[in-house]
Amino acid sequence: MAKVIMTADDSASIRQMVSFTLEQAGYEVIEAADGKEALAKLRSGTVHMLVTDLNMPNMDGIELIRKVRQESRYRFMPIVMLTTESQAVKKQEGKAAGATGWIVKPFRPEQLLAVIKKVLG
Amino acid sequence: MKKETDRFKRAYKEEAEEWLADLEAALLELEEAPDKSGLIGRIFRAVHTIKGSGAMFGFEEIAAFTHEVEAVLDLVRSGEIPVSRELISLTLLACDQIRQMADSDETDSEETGAIVTAFRAMMPAAHPTALPEDSSDAVLRTYRIRFRPASDIFANGTNPILLLDELREMGECRVTPHIHKVPPLREMDPETCYIHWHVILTTDRGLNTIRDVFIFVEDNSQLTVDLISEADELDDAPEDYKKIGEILIERGDITDDTLRDVLRVQKRTGELLVESKAVDPDAVSSALAEQQHMRNLRKRRREVSSVSSIRVAADKLDTLVDLVGELVTVQASLTQRALCLDDAELLTVTESVERLSAALRDTTMEIRMLPVSTAFTRFRRLVHDLSRELEKEVRMVTEGGDTELDKTVIERLNDPLIHIIRNCLSHGIETAAVRTASGKPPQGTLRLSARHSGSQVVIVISDDGAGLDRDCIQRRALEMGLMSPGQTLSEEALFPVISAPGFSTVSEADRVSGRGVGMDVVRRSIENLRGTIDISSQSGQGTVFTLRLPLTLAIIEGLLVTVGENIYVIPLSSVEECMNYDEVVIGAGGAIHLRGEMLPCISLRRIFEEPGDVPAEERVVLLQLGNFRVGLVVDAIIGDYQTVIKGLGRVYKNVKAFSGSTILADGSVALILDPHRLVEMVRSSEQRRKAQP
Repeated sequence: MAKVIMTADDSASIRQMVSFTLEQAGYEVIEAADGKEALAKLRSGTVHMLVTDLNMPNMDGIELIRKVRQESRYRFMPIVMLTTESQAVKKQEGKAAGATGWIVKPFRPEQLLAVIKKVLG
Repeated sequence: MKKETDRFKRAYKEEAEEWLADLEAALLELEEAPDKSGLIGRIFRAVHTIKGSGAMFGFEEIAAFTHEVEAVLDLVRSGEIPVSRELISLTLLACDQIRQMADSDETDSEETGAIVTAFRAMMPAAHPTALPEDSSDAVLRTYRIRFRPASDIFANGTNPILLLDELREMGECRVTPHIHKVPPLREMDPETCYIHWHVILTTDRGLNTIRDVFIFVEDNSQLTVDLISEADELDDAPEDYKKIGEILIERGDITDDTLRDVLRVQKRTGELLVESKAVDPDAVSSALAEQQHMRNLRKRRREVSSVSSIRVAADKLDTLVDLVGELVTVQASLTQRALCLDDAELLTVTESVERLSAALRDTTMEIRMLPVSTAFTRFRRLVHDLSRELEKEVRMVTEGGDTELDKTVIERLNDPLIHIIRNCLSHGIETAAVRTASGKPPQGTLRLSARHSGSQVVIVISDDGAGLDRDCIQRRALEMGLMSPGQTLSEEALFPVISAPGFSTVSEADRVSGRGVGMDVVRRSIENLRGTIDISSQSGQGTVFTLRLPLTLAIIEGLLVTVGENIYVIPLSSVEECMNYDEVVIGAGGAIHLRGEMLPCISLRRIFEEPGDVPAEERVVLLQLGNFRVGLVVDAIIGDYQTVIKGLGRVYKNVKAFSGSTILADGSVALILDPHRLVEMVRSSEQRRKAQP
């Protein structure tokens, strides 16, 4: 069965790009436009990995990661955050919240797949 | 999928518009207040995002173009390029250009080029415009990686096994887990990582690529990556890698002193260290893994370097030659067929096949080639033993030992060469006393040399002995009726005489060379190899045997002739000339008259008992067999033909007149005549006929 990856991002273009790339690689993708939507969808379904942006309305990425880690099902799930070059501090915050790794935006599809392979297998 | 791509390309365009608007606003603001901090950063980030997302969504042109802009802005950000009106207006121009590029598939590449040039002009000379790529050189290096993740590594969703898998994909890899910290099951916390790993990795990737594997975990784990071996180092290094103790010391697991203390008791270093609790068993097994890895690596490297030659069973080569022979034949019939059909396309293909099979044939023949030295070196011992036996001092000199010859030829050359060498030593080279008396150095010299000459190999065996005794030879020749009284022995006639069957100048068969087989056997074996042998001798100076041999026995240059319905191949090496039969015939046949010489003549039609009418114009092929010349009468001559010889098989082993067969271009079989045997066959049947009146 295909592994399910959630992409949480308020940028539609990023979400589409992530979905497209991952679906091409044989993963199933669930999209969420912000942290709140992401958390709701995570709770209602089964997800194997989360790719989340940090700056999102309603609930930001850091908060989302922290909340996800509190869910017993998702304590060891790989979480990759999307950061920009200028967000070194945020990156630390994200790691402290429980992120497994990060991808610096902008990235190419193959970079995304390499990171997913690294943390999800 | 196309639709999908279009969809997010559209999304990119929409967002690019937002970034461009922001960029423009920032630029205009900068024009008003050039010193305002943060503006440059904002501009840079906007450009960076446009560039990166462009690449992300397949807008390569935008990405490439924006890269140039970004490179300049990066230097503006770091203060190396000042903010200027020119910069701002140029960047605004770039914005318009990006917008245009995003909107339409067709862009004004001239305009793009002009802007790029303008941006490049702003760069200080020293800065390369292209960012260096992460390159991996092809050199293999071996690294020792020690990875000890924090015990809470699982908490942020890391699976260390995947990282090790990533390493495994980079090259040859040996992972040793260190599990001695794993507590008994009762005390174990399943969410804690107790294990750490040592990895030996041989890869062509760089140190940074290896470190990148651990990029997400480097903050909360201990990682050391050491280069333990460069590729070049391995080449000369012996297979034996460092001892366990050395490795453990180098890795800091034990100290020099610990090792020395332990070494006093002689046991295996690793065992001892474990027993003495100086080091845990995992450390030893990890060090052992390293040792094993390096030994394997070195062994393999040596194997690779020794693979410059391989041994192959000779019969496999023979099979290969056979197959190539078949292929050449099939190719010939293909060519003939293609010529008949006159199809240009087919002819092109046929020519390629022809070229390829010729190359394949040549290469295959080359594989069978061995240096003559393989035969020469065997004679060293022979010369040594013989000179002892004969109480002569002989030095053997070889030249051109690397000249290559078909292995079958070399094998079959062995006996004739031994015979010639025996002759040189027993009849040619004198004893030391005789030599000194005639003013020669006491030590005689036997010289073996080989060289290429066209499609032949010339092997010369020479000695600096007394030379052939002409008077003695002439006397024997007279006695044996090989020459008429009053005739003088010419240089050319010398060898034919001494190689006549049964010829020997030594009355009593001496131990060394007289074994009832004389030079006639040598001559025959050389001729069987389709070679020739010549001898020249100067009294007191020595004797020279010159052997000319074909490079290979597998291929023959032949002359195709027809007799009745059948086609025969005559080895071209023995053919001297061709002529019309009626020009040379004498009387009812049996002999021909050629330039004042009477020559015997064999009608193939008659001896093969070919039925049917004799054609109006028969042909004569004049053969030169040693000193013997004979005419073969055939129906017609087709022409010369290069062909692969195939054996006749055991069923035909009593068929004397043929040395083999070949398959012609049209698929029919042609027999290859053995002229010597043919003549012998005719001669003996004549004698039988005469004996029975």
